[in-house]
Amino acid sequence: MTTVARQQRIDPQTVIGWGVDADPRNDPTYPMRDRSKDDGPGMNWQRPPLQRPNVEILRSIEHNRMPAVMGTGQPPSGVSGSMRRAAFGYSESDWRHWLMLMGADRVNVVEGVLADLSAGHIPNIPGEMGARAEWEHNRAGFVRKAVIVAGAALLVAALVKARRDQRPPRLR
Amino acid sequence: MLAANYRGPYRVRAQQKIMPCIEHPRDAVVRVTRSCICGSDLHLYHGMVPDTRVGTTFGHEFCGVVEEVGSDVEKLKVGDHVIVPFNIACGQCHFCKQGLFGNCHEANPEATAAGGIFGYSHTTGGFDGGQAQYARVPYADVGPTLIPDWMHPDDAVMMTDVVPTGYQAAEMGGIQKGDTVVVFGAGPVGIMAARCAWLFGAGRVIVIDHVHYRLDFARHYCPAEVYDFRDIEDMAVFIKKETDSLGADVCIDAVGGDAAGNALHTLFGTKLKLEAGSAIALHWAINSVKKGGIVSVVGVYGPTGNMVPMGNVLNKGITIRANQASVKRLLPRLIEHVREGRIDPKALITHRVPLEDISDAYHIFSAKLDGCIKPVLYPNGLS
Repeated sequence: MTTVARQQRIDPQTVIGWGVDADPRNDPTYPMRDRSKDDGPGMNWQRPPLQRPNVEILRSIEHNRMPAVMGTGQPPSGVSGSMRRAAFGYSESDWRHWLMLMGADRVNVVEGVLADLSAGHIPNIPGEMGARAEWEHNRAGFVRKAVIVAGAALLVAALVKARRDQRPPRLR
Repeated sequence: MLAANYRGPYRVRAQQKIMPCIEHPRDAVVRVTRSCICGSDLHLYHGMVPDTRVGTTFGHEFCGVVEEVGSDVEKLKVGDHVIVPFNIACGQCHFCKQGLFGNCHEANPEATAAGGIFGYSHTTGGFDGGQAQYARVPYADVGPTLIPDWMHPDDAVMMTDVVPTGYQAAEMGGIQKGDTVVVFGAGPVGIMAARCAWLFGAGRVIVIDHVHYRLDFARHYCPAEVYDFRDIEDMAVFIKKETDSLGADVCIDAVGGDAAGNALHTLFGTKLKLEAGSAIALHWAINSVKKGGIVSVVGVYGPTGNMVPMGNVLNKGITIRANQASVKRLLPRLIEHVREGRIDPKALITHRVPLEDISDAYHIFSAKLDGCIKPVLYPNGLS
């Protein structure tokens, strides 16, 4: 990364005409923002006590310090965690940051299934997707989806079988 | 404790998790009495929000009874039944001091653009949410507000997000008496925005959606003129014809990135994720508002980019106003509106569901089954 030479700040009082057209009524932020409470251009507030997390917290590089509180659930781990750490090398303004996080989210889904299986739990994926509600309130949709899933499964099975049949027999 | 557990797009289940605890001297732990599923939870559920980690507990609209408080909490005590605003706000940073409680700078390490929000991915701070029997509430002496004795808890839980967001959508519209207001989206927030538009003096309120039972509800509840966008060939032409060719004074996008209505936006935004959600509602808002008009955005989009007609924003001199609702700022006025009978929040609740059935509740809400407008979970029992 190149280093940018910092320039000297301009004193507004030295600029001809400074503030002559300033109008406090020209404020589209009203009433969302009470500008009378603006405490200046920097971080001038008294900070809350700082939380001491006992897990890894990823921090946006646009923050110059860790905010005082944070969630501590689901710290980064596994392959998706590595992808998330890499993503946080880029700013929120950089598409790579978000695309890598979206990619990590998809990898994390696979990790979740593997974690379930390794814990001896077979996830009830149709149940998690609300299949019972679909059956109760949209039976035609349920049947349509079931047929599509079954058809896709049969197609995959047929393709696998066809490929296996095409292989030359192994020599003993 | 039992809690919602996100497993991937369109997959959520109720599962035992570790109880939350005090992690900061200004924390509280609340026993959740009611917790809504929000339309913006569906963006998470659909896998559209980056850094939504498997195992996350969703839920940013909840109220509950204080079970435990940290050593620095002075305004709350154990046993208080409180409205918990969806924003996590310190109350003392640059932004909180100015009333921007949805933009707190001390509540989200993972991003500066977004403030801290309960149960809304690590992009908003990685806090577990309130679709659980218990939840950790940071800065408990800032946001949480005692539920007034006279207020029904079903009304109270709607004050955590739906009512303030709908109200702020109308407020950001800068509605003047007699204005024509078009609300895109007849979900709970759109319905509430249309209802609140009248409080600001709108002369005409039009609601656009394609879900008929929701349009029927909006027609009577708001009340509003309602239209199915599938019956409209060109939205801008339709609104212009309805307004003597001028356009609406105010257009409100109360949909966000899950909007239906345009195949290209659905493909690029919802399916391929090449834009930050389908932006057709925002597109319609920009092209349907009059020159010099105001577009108010409360629909949630992802953090990347969207294809919207920015050239028209310039040429028409449109003012775009948007933000997450500043719940704490708005609560006193909104509580007054409920007490005076001007707003009836609990009328939107169509489904009351035990936490154990959360998978079905999400699917019913997402697929718009069984006349669902607003589902509320009761993590500690329906009584």
